Amino acid sequence: MSGASRQHEEQLLNNVGERVPGFAVLAALLVLWELSVRLEWVVTPTWPAVSTVLLTFWHACVDGTYLEVFGSSLRRLAIGYLIATACAVAIGVAMGVWRRVFLLFEPLVELLRPIPSPAYLPMAILFLGIDDGMKVFMVAFASFFPILLNTVSGVRSVDPVLVDTGRTFGLRRLQIIRRIVLPAAAGYVFTGMRISLAIALIVTVIAEMVAGNSGIGFYILNAQRSFLVPEMYAGVIALALLGFALNKGFVALERYALTWHEGWNAATT
Amino acid sequence: MKWDVDVRPEIAVEGVGKVFGAFTAIEDLSFEVPKGRFISLLGPSGCGKSTILRMLAGLAAPTRGAVSFKGAPVLEPPPGMVYVFQQYTKSLFPWLTVLGNVEFGARSPHAARAGGRTGREECMETLRLVGLEAHAASYPWQLSGGMQQRVAIARALVARPEVLLMDEPFSALDALTRESLQDLLLRLWSELALTVVFVTHDIAEAIYLSDEIVVLSSAPSRILTRVSVEIARPREQLATRESAQFLAHRRSLYQLVVGREQAA
Repeated sequence: MSGASRQHEEQLLNNVGERVPGFAVLAALLVLWELSVRLEWVVTPTWPAVSTVLLTFWHACVDGTYLEVFGSSLRRLAIGYLIATACAVAIGVAMGVWRRVFLLFEPLVELLRPIPSPAYLPMAILFLGIDDGMKVFMVAFASFFPILLNTVSGVRSVDPVLVDTGRTFGLRRLQIIRRIVLPAAAGYVFTGMRISLAIALIVTVIAEMVAGNSGIGFYILNAQRSFLVPEMYAGVIALALLGFALNKGFVALERYALTWHEGWNAATT
Repeated sequence: MKWDVDVRPEIAVEGVGKVFGAFTAIEDLSFEVPKGRFISLLGPSGCGKSTILRMLAGLAAPTRGAVSFKGAPVLEPPPGMVYVFQQYTKSLFPWLTVLGNVEFGARSPHAARAGGRTGREECMETLRLVGLEAHAASYPWQLSGGMQQRVAIARALVARPEVLLMDEPFSALDALTRESLQDLLLRLWSELALTVVFVTHDIAEAIYLSDEIVVLSSAPSRILTRVSVEIARPREQLATRESAQFLAHRRSLYQLVVGREQAA
């Protein structure tokens, strides 16, 4: 146990060492950005100094602008994403377990899945208007497919011995699905959810840019239209940090929920 | 071999056959398993032993004929029977701890039908029975193969089955572990008054464990002979395996099983 933790620590240190060059590139680019303005290599109002942008970013953070802007975006994202997850897992399990259900939905899924989400935005506006309903729908629809496909693969990859184990203890089909198939497929479901989380953020921003007057998408676009150039850049930086935090948060959640998965993988492969 | 007529068979297999497409796995099989007996199905690899066991367990349906348990036809896994799989790594739930796996058995519908307590204490008692109480909080994949199969046995036993159906449960284990698990199984069988149907391709293992051995031919599988093993119990790895009876059984079964394979 202590051997394992020491090894873990050493690995952590190695990782920190390994990461130095990557952060150095990032820092160098930021310095270059700053110099390009200070030394007047680029002179245009569309290219403010990074220090100006960061200052604007800081002000927007402390005066609560981002709280409001991201609050409305995150609410849409969360609702759409959760609806997508619930529907995709339910339908995905059904498609994975019952071949008939799979054959029933497969052509439809294969037809809808490749459509880039912005393409059905105009239709969504026609039917749902420009308010939250449309945006939640867009997020849910785009997030749905990766979770669905991964759930189907996950359910199909469940070892038949596990299912037979459930049967020999007298479990009914629905009990087998809930107590055996779902946990066994959880790794795949989480992979789909991770992919969809990134997609959900993209679609939220697009939908907010196209319609409406709130959210980070609107904020960035509006800043550009009002020639609030530092605000525009600051908004993009804030969005980058949000995307990063969402992914990190999700990975942590996944680790927590699937603690067994890592060890099991290591032990069986 | 005839059993007393007043002993109703626990399991009866009548004219069972199994066909997969154009392949006849099992031709025409009839035998019965009296209550409390330890019976082995012995045959070469690929002879359909596991298929027979799956049909006894209600996990697979025979193409013709019927299996009955306590007089009722087996159409799905009946309460009172638990199947122990050869691939313990695939059969144990990797997301549950050792105790969690045993609790799965304790809270299963079959355990509920069998009655009795099914709490955590009961599960720990069962783990003690197989010598794993110290590993309750571990995950199965952290344990050795022999320990994992003991978890699977504990999970089966906690559901209070009358019949254990075991599909080559020790074939993936090393020789020493296998022998210690054989002794564990015999102890549990006699203490808990179980009926066991045990599939194996290991002649010595079949003799060591069984009251009766049903010897199967390669596919299409049929019964070559049924051998009654009347070696005294409790059996002991050295004394039993060195006894004249054991060696005589081993010789005749070897000639029957391996001799036929070579002749074919």
